[in-house]
Amino acid sequence: MLSIRRKTVGLTFIGVMLLLLSLGACTNQSATQTVRETVVVTQEVPVRETVVVRETVEVPVEEPIVYVYSARHYGQMETAFAEFTKETGIEVRFTFGSDAELRERLKAEGRFTPADVLFTVDAANLWLAGQEGLLRPINSDVLESNIPDYLQDPSNQWYALSLRIRTIAYHPDRVNPAEISTYESLADPKWAGRICWRPSTKSYTQSLVASLIVHHGYDKAKEIVSGWAKNSKEYIDSDTKILEAIAAGGCDVGVVNHYYLARLLDKDANFPVKLLWANQDDRGVHVNASGAGVTTYARHPENAIRLLEWLSTERGQRLFADSNFEYPANPAVTPHELIKSWGEFKRDTVQISEIGSLQADAVKLMNEAGYQ
Amino acid sequence: MLIRQKQLATSWSFPSIDRWSIIALLIAGLALLPIAIILRMLLLPAPDVWQHLWATRLAEFLTNTVILLVGVGTGTVLLGTGLAWLVTAYRFPGQRLFDWALMLPMAVPSYVLAFVFMATFDYTGPVQKTLRDWFGSSEWFPSIRSGGGAVFVMSLTLYPYVYLLTRAAFHEHALGTFEVARTLGATRLQAFFRVVLPMARPSLVAGLSLVLMEALTDVGTVRFLNFPTLSDGIFRIWHGMMDRDAALQSAAVLLLFAFAALLLERLTRGRARYVQEGSRGHGLVKVPLTGWRALMATLLCFFVLATAFLLPISQLILWSVYELQQRMPEGLLAVYWRHARATLMLAGTGAAISVLAAVLLAYGVHLSRSPITRLAARGAMLGYAIPGAVIGLGVLIPLAWLDHTLNDLTYQWWGVLPGLIFTGSITGLIYAYVVRFMAVAYSSVEASLEKVSPSIEAAARTLGASPVRVLFRIHLPLIRTGMLTGAVLVFVDVMKELPITLLLRPFGYDTLALWIWQNVAESLWGEAALPALTIVVTDLLVVGILIRSATLRFRAH
Repeated sequence: MLSIRRKTVGLTFIGVMLLLLSLGACTNQSATQTVRETVVVTQEVPVRETVVVRETVEVPVEEPIVYVYSARHYGQMETAFAEFTKETGIEVRFTFGSDAELRERLKAEGRFTPADVLFTVDAANLWLAGQEGLLRPINSDVLESNIPDYLQDPSNQWYALSLRIRTIAYHPDRVNPAEISTYESLADPKWAGRICWRPSTKSYTQSLVASLIVHHGYDKAKEIVSGWAKNSKEYIDSDTKILEAIAAGGCDVGVVNHYYLARLLDKDANFPVKLLWANQDDRGVHVNASGAGVTTYARHPENAIRLLEWLSTERGQRLFADSNFEYPANPAVTPHELIKSWGEFKRDTVQISEIGSLQADAVKLMNEAGYQ
Repeated sequence: MLIRQKQLATSWSFPSIDRWSIIALLIAGLALLPIAIILRMLLLPAPDVWQHLWATRLAEFLTNTVILLVGVGTGTVLLGTGLAWLVTAYRFPGQRLFDWALMLPMAVPSYVLAFVFMATFDYTGPVQKTLRDWFGSSEWFPSIRSGGGAVFVMSLTLYPYVYLLTRAAFHEHALGTFEVARTLGATRLQAFFRVVLPMARPSLVAGLSLVLMEALTDVGTVRFLNFPTLSDGIFRIWHGMMDRDAALQSAAVLLLFAFAALLLERLTRGRARYVQEGSRGHGLVKVPLTGWRALMATLLCFFVLATAFLLPISQLILWSVYELQQRMPEGLLAVYWRHARATLMLAGTGAAISVLAAVLLAYGVHLSRSPITRLAARGAMLGYAIPGAVIGLGVLIPLAWLDHTLNDLTYQWWGVLPGLIFTGSITGLIYAYVVRFMAVAYSSVEASLEKVSPSIEAAARTLGASPVRVLFRIHLPLIRTGMLTGAVLVFVDVMKELPITLLLRPFGYDTLALWIWQNVAESLWGEAALPALTIVVTDLLVVGILIRSATLRFRAH
């Protein structure tokens, strides 16, 4: 009985091996194929040409629909998009995923992608998408005048649409804010077992660490991040839960995006956690952006641009930024009352491109530093 | 043994190939292709990738995988065997109810229990809050976001596999010998450990290997509880470090783990059959428990059932009701239907094609005289042991290559670009589902085909019916139940599936499981409740079927 089994296992193995051998050639070819293909593509479908064609056609031929790859998970029911559809008649369809996942998807799909718009929750990821040729430059006076230069790509491949401040949250009963005024101070051993961190898989964490590398260099930044990891009480993959843990006494300090606290305060004005603007005496607090670009191979580029333009207008910004308590990217639009009351702050003006190019290094650094 | 091997060697060198064996070989080839692609990664020298992997987190992923397997293995064996013996050998209040109710936790996917537990046992959750109210501090309470948490959660959702199989073994085989051992002077404990347990061991190990396969393929639980294993690691490496080659290499390592679990199952299956050939024992006289012993037994069973089933179910219902009342119900329902439709479509197609392939294979094995058919059918079943992330990647690579080659060719020849036929549609996704879950359909189809008496078939053939006619007029009507069971099982498996869907879904095909994944990633637990409840309720249908047949034939085969 056992011998039969052994033989069948053996035969299965031989079968698998034969398959393997026959596969050998295919995969090698695939590498060269893909390389060649990308080259052909850039020659054949130059973006300019599409734009020219578009301008000569008078009647819009696009279906009233726009396909969006979005990392804004909380956007399943965002009012801004519903309102856009109501005003323009253009339906917005989503596929949701994380920033990096969606970028990998765009890369794999190449010129056949169904997506017209890439929406990220992290500026560095937008920059990376631009670098990888996934986004196209767009010509739009509306976007040019609504979004300040420092919040858009120099070659107009993407635009930030709202800003989020990633800074330090603490419980005022247990922490003296003067002791934690900088990101670097959170590496001090006196905070051992008192900080709740967001894991390294989240793009927010990656961008913050990338900004540390910009300012301190890799080795010094690694030292700081190891300090953070040593002080960790728990890694929680949600800013909301980090804030709730601080409120309940599970930890004393955390680093979160500002709007998560705003959401909680909106529900309960007495929520006991406070925010402070980090590094005000030196480079300023770390600012990130959520934004979008039109994909290189978009099939509904007009609708896509229209969506971006609409979101940058006063009405669009009001709905888009306010529904999530973010700072509007359009300077003509004032922030929501709740966050306006938190006052002005000095922001870190490091280039988004620098953060973007250091994203992979940041992940490596956290792995090496023992930051989960 | 020598002679047998020789016989097989001759039959292998002169294989008789018929129509059925060709069909079976074709299906097996398709099913093995994705696995072979990943396996091939091990043969490619990639020292840079390995160095990089080793320098970063591979060691951690490996350690965590081993910890999870050992922990969940121990947990499920203790819980499963212990509870099975308790309800088989003793009588206590509620024993008849618990006998079947203890299988219910199977209906709750591990990742669903994981996020319910996070909400319940977290620092801000009700349990620790109460502890703080009573004792002032809950610092000593272990964190649910940990390896211990993952082992705890998965032991509770997976122990029914062991429970089901050992319980069946206790019922069918071991009890007669138990009586004999008792009359020969052994105490109950001695008889259990020295006679009953060894005889049930094949079933126990079969259950255990199923548990290990489930633990290996899991992505959701370990991600939610922050305990990255190899399956989760593949995604972390690919999306976090943007390194597809490294992800592929880790997939190959994961594949080795899967083969080990498979080997465990294959090696014990022979003995399982041996045991089943033994004579059946007659039922055991249950010992009534009284006083505090009875109370303890009832409480133990209730405690397991409550934490693994009643708690998550009621929490999910509470959240769902709250969501529907408090939030915009129209918006929520629209999103819900969108996901439900995609799920229905994918799971339905996946189930239909799996059953179709299973019928072809099972019927082929039934009719064909060639040993190759049986062998090919076996090969085609391999997918059920392979983690979803591995199959997903193994399907993605050849299909993406095919897509791009096809477009290049048609463009060169006719100047046409047909687009992403395989990876841009549900083709690739369905393909991967079928590879992963066909075995589930096959076992139930095969089981009902075996019951068809050969004389019926012979009679039909004597009356002049062709084999195809026999299939449609005799077999298909007779194995309808088997096909239906198989379809339902595959449907639910696809519905719960995470890694394959995550990798291969085309635009607009986010399933309910994926909706849970996305919401839990943002810790929006309440918003994950409605899809989770839908999955659990549908899954209860399958558990119902299981409880009725009370065996795990469809999986153990």
